[in-house]
Amino acid sequence: MRIAVASGKGGTGKTTVATSLALSLDTTRTMVLDCDVEAPNAHLFLNPTFERRKEVGILIPQVDGGRCSFCGRCAEVCQFHAIAVIGQNILVFPELCHGCGSCTLNCPEQAISEQLDVLGILEAGPTPTGVYFARGVMKVGEPMAVPIIRELKKWDIEGRGTSLASQDEAYDWETIILDAPPGTSCPVVESVHGADFAVLVTEPTPFGLHDLRLMVEVLHKLDIPAGVIINRDGTGNVEVDQFCAEADLPVLMRIPLDRSIGAGIAQGKPLVAIRPEYTDQFRDLYRRILDILQKAGP
Amino acid sequence: MKIVIPTETDNLDSPFHPRFGRAVSFTFFDTETEEWEVVPNPACNSSGGAGVQAAQFIAKHGAQVVISGDFGPKAYNALAAGGVQMFLAPVNEALSIREVLARYQQGQLKEVSAPTNPGRHASPSHE
Repeated sequence: MRIAVASGKGGTGKTTVATSLALSLDTTRTMVLDCDVEAPNAHLFLNPTFERRKEVGILIPQVDGGRCSFCGRCAEVCQFHAIAVIGQNILVFPELCHGCGSCTLNCPEQAISEQLDVLGILEAGPTPTGVYFARGVMKVGEPMAVPIIRELKKWDIEGRGTSLASQDEAYDWETIILDAPPGTSCPVVESVHGADFAVLVTEPTPFGLHDLRLMVEVLHKLDIPAGVIINRDGTGNVEVDQFCAEADLPVLMRIPLDRSIGAGIAQGKPLVAIRPEYTDQFRDLYRRILDILQKAGP
Repeated sequence: MKIVIPTETDNLDSPFHPRFGRAVSFTFFDTETEEWEVVPNPACNSSGGAGVQAAQFIAKHGAQVVISGDFGPKAYNALAAGGVQMFLAPVNEALSIREVLARYQQGQLKEVSAPTNPGRHASPSHE
């Protein structure tokens, strides 16, 4: 099962939930993917030893000036204006290119080849608890996170792939937890896409509610069922609860505002290490997700 | 020779558009026939790469000189590759289209030899 942990608003506790949920399950059959490639931090709580690395990016066009007839077809088909034909000159703007390959496919002279433009790296390795961990890290200054997340989700590392059905059955993952970036834009859509269920971590504040609503809309469009965890419960107001009731969103767990939890997190301790009693709560939450999915049918 | 000024309307006495790629229209002045022609800028509402698209557009229409209040790095590189000369017009004087042309013809505008802003980089759809 793939469980995405998302929120809309940043700083609500996605990574706190994603890591502690993983630690509460059958750890050797659980993998955590840190999809927040712009600011990955789940490793701080899981302490992986990275044993695999891979450079990833997009394929950008390289034009063979000798074969090019300057017909301008490549520039015409590029909806991002990443390739320009001006007179007898061809210009490629890598920072605008999305790596779709349209220019290469449409070139009547076969003058375009593709080369990898590295946007970031993927890293993976085991953690002391048995949970397997993988993440993407975007290169500083790069504008596009989506290609890195896409590559992370399909990374195949000698059968121990980051996708649910790895080639080696012994390493088939029972659960993959996707720790999504904040927001509701393309990187979030790419992270949650294909998930069986989304756990939405929010806080009971107007800001938390505002972004939760946006995230619920995104998931509705992607047809992904969801439940909510209210973090810092007891603060703010009751509007998140009201919204969840109206939108028929189950509240799966409540984590009260507690200074000792915050202090532990700041020291890099997972929630279940600070408060072991949460282990059972996360197991219950997992069972409830299975239950919800079973009732919804295939 | 064709001179291009980014504009918002076809009224030659109204202010020119201070930006290049996102201008509503381009006003062409042909120095041989002394005729004006206003064409809509296809890059005006582009989600990204407007400068590149606009540069290709005016180069294709035979522009040899373009006057703007601002040239981003991608527009600059594309215009330079197309052999289009770039001149900078002041943006704080609300000059009309006619006045911009007059200043150019009097040799009062500076030719640009580097981009005038660091660029906006990515397309908004991914921010």
